[in-house]
Amino acid sequence: MINFMALELRPLYAVLVSLIASGLIYVLGEHIRPNAREAITMVAAVCKAVIVYSLIPAVLAGTEIKLEVFKIVKGVSFAFNVDPAGMVFACVASTLWILTSIYSIGYMRGHGEQNQTGYFAAFAMCLCAATGLCFAGNLITFFIFFEVLTVATYPLVVHYRDAEGTVSGRKYLAYTLISGQIFFAAIVIVYSVSGTMDFVPGGFITKDMLPMPWALVVFFMMIGAGIVKAGVMPLHSWLPAAMVAPTPVSALLHAVAVVKAGAFCTLRVVLYVFGPEMAKACYGADILAWMAVFTIILSSFIAMRKYNLKARLAFSTVGQLSYIVLGICILTPYSTAGALYHIVAHAFMKITLFMAAGAIFVTTHKKDIREMVGIGKRMPVTMMAFTAASIGIAGFPFFVGFVSKANIIMGAVSMGKPVFVATLIASALLALTYLMPVVLVAFKKNVDNPEFDEGGDAAPAMLIPLVITAVISIILGIAPNAGLHLFDLAVMAGNQIFTPLM
Amino acid sequence: MTNLIGNTPVLIILLPLCSALLCLALTAVSKNLGSLVVKISCLGSLVLSVIQLCMVVSGGTIHYAIGNYAVPYGIEFVIDSLNAVLLVAFSLMGFLTVIFAGNFSDNKNHFKTAGAYAELALLITGILGMTSTGDVFNLYVFLEITSLSAYCLISLGGSRGVVSAYRYMLVGTIAATFYLLGIGILYATTGTLNMGDMSNILNEGGHDGAMLVAMCFLIPAFGIKMALFPFHGWQPSAYTHAEPGSRPLVTGVMGKVPALAMFRFFYCIYGTDFRFFRIALMLLGILSVIGMIYGSLMAMGQNDIRKILAYSSVAQIGYISLGFAIGTPIALAGSFLHMLGHAFMKGGLFFCTGAIRYKYGTVDINDFGRIYKKMPLTCGLLVIAALSMIGIPPTAGFFSKWYLALGAAGQHEWIYIAVLVLSSLLNAVYFFRLIEKVFIRQSSDLKTRWESEVLELPVTLIIPIVACFLAILGIGLFNVKIIDVLLMTLEGVGL
Repeated sequence: MINFMALELRPLYAVLVSLIASGLIYVLGEHIRPNAREAITMVAAVCKAVIVYSLIPAVLAGTEIKLEVFKIVKGVSFAFNVDPAGMVFACVASTLWILTSIYSIGYMRGHGEQNQTGYFAAFAMCLCAATGLCFAGNLITFFIFFEVLTVATYPLVVHYRDAEGTVSGRKYLAYTLISGQIFFAAIVIVYSVSGTMDFVPGGFITKDMLPMPWALVVFFMMIGAGIVKAGVMPLHSWLPAAMVAPTPVSALLHAVAVVKAGAFCTLRVVLYVFGPEMAKACYGADILAWMAVFTIILSSFIAMRKYNLKARLAFSTVGQLSYIVLGICILTPYSTAGALYHIVAHAFMKITLFMAAGAIFVTTHKKDIREMVGIGKRMPVTMMAFTAASIGIAGFPFFVGFVSKANIIMGAVSMGKPVFVATLIASALLALTYLMPVVLVAFKKNVDNPEFDEGGDAAPAMLIPLVITAVISIILGIAPNAGLHLFDLAVMAGNQIFTPLM
Repeated sequence: MTNLIGNTPVLIILLPLCSALLCLALTAVSKNLGSLVVKISCLGSLVLSVIQLCMVVSGGTIHYAIGNYAVPYGIEFVIDSLNAVLLVAFSLMGFLTVIFAGNFSDNKNHFKTAGAYAELALLITGILGMTSTGDVFNLYVFLEITSLSAYCLISLGGSRGVVSAYRYMLVGTIAATFYLLGIGILYATTGTLNMGDMSNILNEGGHDGAMLVAMCFLIPAFGIKMALFPFHGWQPSAYTHAEPGSRPLVTGVMGKVPALAMFRFFYCIYGTDFRFFRIALMLLGILSVIGMIYGSLMAMGQNDIRKILAYSSVAQIGYISLGFAIGTPIALAGSFLHMLGHAFMKGGLFFCTGAIRYKYGTVDINDFGRIYKKMPLTCGLLVIAALSMIGIPPTAGFFSKWYLALGAAGQHEWIYIAVLVLSSLLNAVYFFRLIEKVFIRQSSDLKTRWESEVLELPVTLIIPIVACFLAILGIGLFNVKIIDVLLMTLEGVGL
C-alpha cells in the first residue's frame, strides 16, 4: 500500500498540479467560460502553495526528501531532492503564482486581452517547470524542466501576436535555445567524465576529472544557460525586448519564474556541480563575479535613461539579478544565504513594481514616466506600494532588500573584496536615482493634472495583490523569518554547501 | 494456436502480402472490401509483432527457417530484440498510414483506390520483410518490393509525382544494382548468403580486399536508399509529391529500413575487426555531419511544408548514421531510438500536413496563419513533433540526442557533439518558423472542406494524430525500457 501523502511524493504532486492545470486549460480552452478557466488556475495555485508549504517543517528539521520516479535515461533517474535552496525558490514561486493569478484576472479582463486560454495554460506550464527545477535532484531532471520553462515562456512573450512580439520572441528563443543546447553538451561532458549527475552541496567535480583549461570551458558552457536567463551582461538583451508581453507576464518573467530560474541555475552549477573549491580553482567564479559587477553598475545607468516605466524596471531587474550571481560567486556561506534570500527579496519587491506599472497602464493607459506627473493623486495606494518597493530595492533597513544585501556585503567583507562592497553600496544609491524620480513625479505637489482628478485607483483584483506583496516585503524586512522561515532555509543552504570545507 | 505463435515471424509479412494480392480482386466484389482487408491484415501484423516482441524479450532471439529448409541453404528470418522493436514501430506506423489513407482515396475510381491500397500493403510487406530477414539475397528481394511499390505510390501523386518517381527509379535502380554487385562479391568470396554464416566465414580473416570492394558498392547503395547526403538527390521531390495517403509511411519509415540494413552489414556481417572499419566509420561520420547541416540549411529556405519536412529528413537520417559512425553500443542504441522516434515525428508531421490539406487544401506554410484555433489537436502534435525534432525534453528527440552525444563523448569525438548542438539549433530555426506561422501569423482566408460541430477532423485522421502524439512522448519518457531491450542485441556488436 503506497502512502499517497508521503513526504517523498509531495514534490511530484507540486509539479503535477500545475501540469494538469495547464493541460486542462489548453484542452477545455474555448469550450468553457473565462470564470472556469480562472477557477482552474486559482485552485491549482492554492493547492500547489499548500503542498510546497507542507514540506517546510521537514526541510527545516533536516529530513532528506528524495524521490526517484523512474529511470529517465540509462543509469540516471528522474529524481527529486528537496533541499533548503530549492525550497526557498519553490516557496517564492508558488506564493507569487497565487498573487499573480489574481492580478492576471484583473489585468486581462480590465484590458480585454485576446488569447487568454493560451496565456493561462502557458503560465501554469511555466510554474510547473519552475517548481520542477527547484526540486530537481540531478542535472538531467533540472535540464528537462529548464528547457520546458524556456519553451513555455515563448507563447507568453509573443502573446500579442504582433510584429514587435514576433521579433522579441525570436530574440528570446535565440538566446535561450543556444545557451540551452550548449548547457546540454556540457551536461553530457560532465556526465561522461564524472559518471554522476546528482547535485551535491559543495559540488562533485574534482580537478582530476576536468584539468584546468577544460574546467573553465565546461564551467562557462554550463553557466551560459543560467546567466542568459538571469540577464547578466552582455547576454541580457532579450530581457528588455521581452517587455512587449502583457504586464503579468513581465512580472512573472522578471520577478519570479524565468530570471530566477537563471539565477538558480547559476547557483546549482557553481555550488552544487562544480563546488566552491573547483569554481575558484578554475577562475570561473572570479570571472563571473566581475561580469556581475559590470552588469550591476551599467544596468543602473541604462535604467536611468529609460522613460518607459516597464523598460526602466527591466534594466533594474538585470542589475538586481546580478546581485544574486555576485552573491553566489563570492563563495562564502553569508553571501550564499544572502544571494538565496535575494531571490525572495527581489521577487516580492520587483513584482510589486511591475504590478504597479501594470495597474497604472490599465487604469490610465500611461507607459511613460514623464506623463505620470501627479498620478499619486488618483492612485495613492498603488503609488504607495510602488514607493515602498522602490525603497526596498535600494536596500533601506526594515525593507526586505536590506537583509539580503547586508548578507552579501558581509560575505564580500569576510573575503576581503572591497570592490564588491563598493559596488553593492554604490548600486543602492543608483537604484534610488532611477526609482525615486518616478515616486517624486507621482507625488509632485502643486501640480494640477486634470487627467488624474477622478476615476479612482486600480481595480481591486489588481490592487489587492500588489498591496499584499508590498506589505510582505516590509514584513520580511523587519522579521526575515516571518511565516515560511525563508531566511533560515537560505542560511541552512549556505551552511550545507560550505560545511565540508571547514 | 501453437502453430500460429511459432510462425509469427513469417505471418507478420504474409498478412500484408496476401492482402495486397487480394485487394484488387476483392474490390471487384464489393467496393470497400479490398481496403478493409488491407486494414485488418495490417492490424494483424501489428498485434503479432507485439506478441513477437514479448517473446523475444522473454525468450531471446528467434531463428526461423522458412519452409524448414536447413540454414544456411534456406532463407532464415532472425528476430533479435532490435528487429522485434523496430517491427512493432514499423507495423504500427503502417497500420496508422493505412487508416489515414482512406481519407485521400479517389471516390470515383474504386480500382485506382484499391491499387493504391495494394501498393501500400506491398510497401509494408517490403519494409517488414527487410527488417526481419537474415539472408542477404532475401534482403534484396524485399528491398526491391519496397522500392517498386514506392515508385508506384510516388507516381500516383499527380503529374509531378510521375517525374519524381521516374527520377527516384533511375537512382534507385542504380542502388539496387550496386547492392547486388556488393553481395555478389561477398557471395563469390564466402559461398553463402546467410548473414550469420557469412559473418563467420568473413571473420576467419584473409578476405579484406573483397570486403573492401563490396563495401564500396554497399555504402552508396544504402546511401541512396536511405537518402544519406550526398545521395539524397531524389528524396525531396519524391517525398513532396508522393501520393498523400501513403506519405507518412514513405517519409517516416522507408528511409529507415536501408539504414538498418547498413547497420547489419557494418556491425553484424563485417564486424568491428574489419581492417578498414575505422576508415569506413570516419567516412560515414563525415557524410552524416555534412548531411545534418546541409539538410537543415536547405529546409530553411522552403515555403512548402512538404519540402521543409523532406529536407529535414536528410538531416535526420544524418543523426541515425552519425550513431553508426560513433559505433559504441550506447550510440547505436541512440541511433535506433532516433529511428523509432523519427518514424513517429516525421510520420506525425506528415499526418498533420495531410490533415491540414484535407481540411483546407493548402500546403503553403504562409496560409497556416492561426490555424491552431481551428485545429488545436493537429497543432498540438505539430508542436510536439517539432520540439522533438529540435530535441527539447521530454520528447523522443531529446533522448536519442542524449545517447548519441553520450556515445560521442565516450569516444572523445567532441566535434560530433558540437555538430549535434549546431544541428538542433538549425532545426529550431525552421521549426520555430513553422510554429510562428501557425500561431502568430494573421489568419488567411481558408475555405473549410470538412465541417463538423464536435470534432476538428474525421476520426480516421484523429487516430493517427493522437497515436503519434502519444508515441513521441512515450518513447521519450520510457526510453530506458526501449534502450534496455535494444542493448540486449547491441551490447555484443558495438565498438
